[in-house]
Amino acid sequence: MTRGSSKAWIALGVGLVWFYLILWPLMGITPEGLQFIPSLVVWLKVAAAAFVLVSLNQLRTAGALAFIGKPTTAAWTEIRKIYKKVPVRVWISVVFFLALVFPLTTGRYEKDVVINVMIYVCLGLGLNIVIGLAGLLDLGYIAFYGVGAYTYALLSVHFQLSFWLCLPVAAVFAAVSGCIIGYPTLRMRGDYLAIVTLGFGEIVRLILNNWMSLTNGPNGILGIQPPGLYWPGFSSGLTLEYIWLKKLNYLYYVILALVVFTIIAVHRLNYSRIGRAWEAIREDETAAELMGVNTFTLKLLAYAMGAVFGGLAGAFFAARMRFVSPESFTFLESAMVLSMVILGGMGSIPGVILGALALIALPEAFRGFELYRMLAFGGAMVLMMIFRPSGFWPAKRMGQRSEERG
Amino acid sequence: MEPVLELKNVSAGYGRIQVLRDISLKAFPGEIVCMIGANGAGKSTTLMTICNVVTAARGDILYRGNRINGIKFSKLPPMGLCQVPEGRRIFPRLTVQENLELGAFFRKDSTRIQEDLDMVFDFFPILRERANQKGGTLSGGEQQMLAIGRALMSRPRVLLLDEPSLGLAPLLVGQIFNKITEINRQEGTTILLVEQNANVALKVSRRGYVLETGTVVMEDDVKNLLQNPDIRKAYLGE
Ligand SMILES: Nc1ncnc2c1ncn2[C@@H]1O[C@H](COP(=O)(O)OP(=O)(O)OP(=O)(O)O)[C@@H](O)[C@H]1O
Ligand SMILES: [Mg+2]
Repeated sequence: MTRGSSKAWIALGVGLVWFYLILWPLMGITPEGLQFIPSLVVWLKVAAAAFVLVSLNQLRTAGALAFIGKPTTAAWTEIRKIYKKVPVRVWISVVFFLALVFPLTTGRYEKDVVINVMIYVCLGLGLNIVIGLAGLLDLGYIAFYGVGAYTYALLSVHFQLSFWLCLPVAAVFAAVSGCIIGYPTLRMRGDYLAIVTLGFGEIVRLILNNWMSLTNGPNGILGIQPPGLYWPGFSSGLTLEYIWLKKLNYLYYVILALVVFTIIAVHRLNYSRIGRAWEAIREDETAAELMGVNTFTLKLLAYAMGAVFGGLAGAFFAARMRFVSPESFTFLESAMVLSMVILGGMGSIPGVILGALALIALPEAFRGFELYRMLAFGGAMVLMMIFRPSGFWPAKRMGQRSEERG
Repeated sequence: MEPVLELKNVSAGYGRIQVLRDISLKAFPGEIVCMIGANGAGKSTTLMTICNVVTAARGDILYRGNRINGIKFSKLPPMGLCQVPEGRRIFPRLTVQENLELGAFFRKDSTRIQEDLDMVFDFFPILRERANQKGGTLSGGEQQMLAIGRALMSRPRVLLLDEPSLGLAPLLVGQIFNKITEINRQEGTTILLVEQNANVALKVSRRGYVLETGTVVMEDDVKNLLQNPDIRKAYLGE
């Protein structure tokens, strides 16, 4: 046994003891008294799994698994070569085509999950402008989602305005609230900005919760209309009929359109002159300002642009649930969107999409674990941060800073 | 001749700490003026006060005859006053070309911007070679060239340079200073040069100011400064 391998076994032992020490109080202290058996059963299973994993890793480092490893790495490089040869457009078309046919082949539950994922993709991409490009840590981003949702909810319930008309209105309202929140806060930097945005996010939620006459408080707003559409009907000659897009299939295509719009818009922003200036502000705000970049206006613009996509997603959320209440706009949601951006890879569009998939779809996949769902999910997150610290799909543009390379 | 940049009895500091006391200085069109002084004398603070990053508590800062105290510092490069801050402060994760383009961010005349980009590349050919490389991956000397090039992209009338020799090998210092005089001659740019390296700074300048603990203690043509025994002892290491 080499020193390296004994180190691994010691780490395994320490880890297992530590795991039991936190597992037992969780499972063993019950109203009926102290129990050891259930926690021991779970612990043994985990210990066995960990033992197998460490053994495999030991074999791999000792070279015993080279007969599997070599061909797979070879195959992997081949796959990469092929992937590089096919132009990006083709990949995008393939993904888009799959997204188009997805609802035709799947059931209600899958569609529901994917619609949810796509709402978060919009949110993540919006927040990505603020955090990934402009480098402003915004912990109250969900407020704009709430503003968008309530804008459509109120306009729909009180004035029966159509979803399509309200979509830009919701975006504008969100942008305006972004400017209102941003104006006093964006003078701060770093940690201070994070705390203040956190506070503003909560203020928006509290307003929604307490302005009874307008928002109906914690009871929320019921009876929001789904999106509608004029569709040619043939029942009595050719007429245009107004149909409500209540079915999940229709809603799926509405949010898909919204996601495509968001991706195109964010992509264009990414490679625009303004996007460059945002990056400069993220790198060194004072230097950017000394070069004549009006940083305050640009930061406000980043904030407002991010809010626009939050507002759009919010309007769709209201139309899809047909009910809104302040509960949907808590800090936890902000944290969720933030995690997607960071997990996926800051500043990268495919990264944010993967991040949303992972954070929304993965907990669903872990449903089989029942109570341990969140535990498994947390474990997956930790592993992810160890093995891919800059995200699933880091942005090409965001290399390491010179001072980070060390 | 009217000075293009003038400080009249300027005092400034950070919070309650006063750093600059009654600083007066002038820069005339087309000349290179230098300001020398030891660590912590207040040289960087002077430049930051000119750009209003640090607010002047008292005194007037005049640029082309107009008082510019209190003007937001992002408004100064469009007026032709641009600073290359201490420690270069380029944008490490943007490419060399993007760094340069940011210097011209406020400008709308895209054909002229292209010409100026070529001009900067002619001044510093190494930057053309590295155009698509990230700024943070350049060497210290190249980063200094990039920082100067970025400022040139704003077509400055007055260029404020804060310690361009910082952390560079003697050979590179010579190169950079040759470029600085070249810029001054070709473009007619007025340059206010701040340096600890008094030897080179005094060689390229026409006039010089000596700063000690926040006050100007001497002001003269460099010829006279170079002959002054006190200066030779304190700043030229004799
Ligand atoms: N942000 C700040 N807050 C408080 N004091 C500061 C700050 N920046 C500089 N000072 C102080 O102001 C004085 C002058 O600093 P300044 O940076 O202007 O010196 P300098 O002449 O440029 O020196 P060097 O040659 O080392 O760059 C120093 O005593 C310094 O401690
Ligand atoms: Mg200094």
